[in-house]
Amino acid sequence: MTLSTAAVGRSIPRLEARAKVTGRAEYVHNMSVPGMLIAKVARSNVAHGRIRNIDVAAARALPGVFAVYTGEDIRKLIAEPYYGPAFHDQPILAIDKVRYAGEPVAVVLAADAHVAENAARLIEAQYEALPAVYDEVEAMTSKAVVHEVLKPAGTFADLKHLKDKRDTNVALDFHLRRGDLGRAFAAADHVFEHTFRTQQVLHLPLEPFATVAIVNGAGDDSLTLHSSTQSPSFVRTEIARLFGWTDNKVRVKVPYLGGGFGAKVYVKSEALAAACAMLAKRPVKFATTMEEQFYMITKHATTLRIKSGVMQDGKITARECEVWWNGGAYADIGPRVTQKSGFTAPGPYDIDNVHIDSYALYTNLPAAGALRGFGIPQLVWAYESHTDMIARELKIDPLTIRRKNILREGWPQATGTLMRDAALEKVLERLAQRMQWEKPFQRGSGTIKRGRGMAIGFKASISPTTSMAIVNLSADGSCALYSSTVDMGQGSDTIMAQMVSEVMGIPIEKITVVHPDTDVTPYDMATLGSRSTFHMGHAVKNAAEDARDKLLTLASEVGLSAETTPIPDIFKKKYGMLAGNIVGVGSFVPSYQSPDARGQTENATPFWMIGATGAEVEVDTETGEFKVTRLVNLVDVGKSINPAIVETQISGATVMQLGFTLQEQMNFSDGHVTNASLADYKIPGMRDIPPMENEAVDAEQKSGPFGAKGVGESGTFGVSPAVANAIDDAVGVRLTSLPLTAEAVYRGLREKAGKPLKDS
Amino acid sequence: MNITRTINFTLNGEPVTAQIATHQNLVEVLHERGLTGARESCAQGLCGCCTVLVNGAAVSGCLYLAAFADGAEVRTIEHSENGELDAVQAAFIETGAFQCGYCTPGMVLMTRQLLDAHAEPSEDEIKHYLSGNLCRCAAYPEIIKAVKLAAAKRKIERKGAK
Ligand code: FES
Ligand code: FES
Repeated sequence: MTLSTAAVGRSIPRLEARAKVTGRAEYVHNMSVPGMLIAKVARSNVAHGRIRNIDVAAARALPGVFAVYTGEDIRKLIAEPYYGPAFHDQPILAIDKVRYAGEPVAVVLAADAHVAENAARLIEAQYEALPAVYDEVEAMTSKAVVHEVLKPAGTFADLKHLKDKRDTNVALDFHLRRGDLGRAFAAADHVFEHTFRTQQVLHLPLEPFATVAIVNGAGDDSLTLHSSTQSPSFVRTEIARLFGWTDNKVRVKVPYLGGGFGAKVYVKSEALAAACAMLAKRPVKFATTMEEQFYMITKHATTLRIKSGVMQDGKITARECEVWWNGGAYADIGPRVTQKSGFTAPGPYDIDNVHIDSYALYTNLPAAGALRGFGIPQLVWAYESHTDMIARELKIDPLTIRRKNILREGWPQATGTLMRDAALEKVLERLAQRMQWEKPFQRGSGTIKRGRGMAIGFKASISPTTSMAIVNLSADGSCALYSSTVDMGQGSDTIMAQMVSEVMGIPIEKITVVHPDTDVTPYDMATLGSRSTFHMGHAVKNAAEDARDKLLTLASEVGLSAETTPIPDIFKKKYGMLAGNIVGVGSFVPSYQSPDARGQTENATPFWMIGATGAEVEVDTETGEFKVTRLVNLVDVGKSINPAIVETQISGATVMQLGFTLQEQMNFSDGHVTNASLADYKIPGMRDIPPMENEAVDAEQKSGPFGAKGVGESGTFGVSPAVANAIDDAVGVRLTSLPLTAEAVYRGLREKAGKPLKDS
Repeated sequence: MNITRTINFTLNGEPVTAQIATHQNLVEVLHERGLTGARESCAQGLCGCCTVLVNGAAVSGCLYLAAFADGAEVRTIEHSENGELDAVQAAFIETGAFQCGYCTPGMVLMTRQLLDAHAEPSEDEIKHYLSGNLCRCAAYPEIIKAVKLAAAKRKIERKGAK
């Protein structure tokens, strides 16, 4: 064993780099196995309706069709075919009624994908239309009820009170109470109240969802699933639960993912593929198209009302937040978003008196889940726009008002949890420096006006969650890391190998990362919410330390010094030849305390993520068109394990959120998505990228592995409000709904000039 | 019920004969032959994930009927002159110009075509050429760096060859 190779902190290229540039990296969407049938789905064409009849005769009669199944066929296999992480509310295929336009009602299996697709189009279903609800605020009181009875999964204590509740669309109501709000509002010099909205958007990884399900052996009730999932351990348990099996009957294997961003967590394409394979007793592949992604999972549209009591000097003394999350037809992980992100709704500010009411709502739209930020970008959009609106009214500089109110190290956040290793101030100050905020700013001339804006947000980690890892050292001194963390592009394989290398002093080339395979790699809660670096990082570090300690013991047992003896010689001395191995195991679960009835807890999160963005814009006062001319992104990720990968995570997150800020929006007509393709739903391309600067501030997460913490989402936090604040700074037009469009700016300009456009 | 026909083409330098259905696109036929570097994503000619070179020109394999490849010379990302990475691939690795890697084969092939036409492209030419290739991970800043580095690497190679 030699001394540390100092692998941590270095920008080494990704382990799989060669496979990716030669087109040889494996993705489930491109996978095929012998004898495989292709599944194609027929989807509902009403947003809410009772199923009268599903006519599959024509589809079944089409030559080449192997089978056609409906919800009733699935029910013969699985008595209660409903799945979901928070609620068991989502049927594998619709049963009795459909709850959104695009819901799967039947599936066709054929060896030829084109045959399956043609047959699926021949399926005719009749519905008795039911009144539908689409708006999240209306859903609170609407007579249209999406689910007659609520069925919480029982995993979460705070959902128990919703069990068997009838005639409500509220899938979770989270409340936080701190201080005396009424008194603080009465004592405040000013009270400001604003309402903000965000639109429904979606992840759109370029590899859509895909699962290949294989029934193992004849008559054997067990399944192997190759799946594009971010949560192999969850999929195993949930599929096993559906079939009434023990976990060992389901094996989930995950190669690389062509992007995930939160889309591929929990069960997505897996349940249908598994059920079809079991019914057909043949391998079945269910791979969605790009269009179908619009019906799978999306990001919550939200309405956010925020009201603040403020003193003349800009000190915020009271804040009331109401947030309505449009969860669509199935809860997915929405209730967790409502609570875990909900409690940061007042922003990273020191406010003594706070009320938060956060509601997860069912509506008749495609389901919403977690998308790169777990609800945080929606909240930051509201509170950071609100911050600037207050500052403008009080004629205080936007930086000054933030400095005055920002939470400092060791101060309590709204839950009562103290801020620890949260570099809020540092991030804010570095942002101000890089933007040269306190220097004069060129405001443009003629019809082109320039403006700048800033925004800062923060996020808690989802807790408590568990990670396990195994490090297997071979006699020749190479080793394998077994972990169920999924590398979907964020570079986890590489940084985990760096951690093993650092602990064991083994060069990176001699470390293999074994991809998730639930028969082989141990449990991990999921790859989501920027949790892997911290949670799996700890588990991997523990496993590597365990292996190292066992090696030290072995060396001393055979009378050798582990410090100076090459690893193979230690094994040779013990086993007489190059044989044997050492298995190190590690696990990690952080401590956590559930919030009480007032939303208070001393320990809300194992770490805080911080992200801020500064934006400069140019606005054409004649047309409302605007251009983002500069984005400065600052984050606190603790210590970077791989600085180059960290930087790509910051810029990638920023650009994605810029898409949600400026161009992306799912459009609906009577609950039908009207732009379900890349032709009509434009994601950022090469020409949409403004000049960007990214920086991870010099910081350390003392409780993190090697001082590190999560990074994948932080770049998203500040983008939307920073741009809106910059537009307001340039031309005095305040936009409160996303996306920010030239039309909205133009309407604002006309209104300001006293000549509002009539047709709005 | 499928109408099938036989086509002959050169695939990465090897002559092949394939029995195809007339509605099949080039990506499907390549996948049947185990080549999955060209992959369908948008299926509308909008993302570039399915890029294949037909007679030296980049096409969207998702829209390119396999039947049209009859008699053509087809190259995919899997093709390599000598088993080595070329300047473009090496530059993509050195600059970290990908995350999930799903778009990468298309980006690499398109960059080669760009550099064949413009040995030292400006930033604007890079953006113009690659604007038909989407990357949801948004590795764009690194991709631009990779293209510039690849251009520099090729220049050195040309000098060496002289
Ligand atoms: S899949 Fe062919 S261009 Fe997108
Ligand atoms: S690297 Fe993921 S889509 Fe480009």
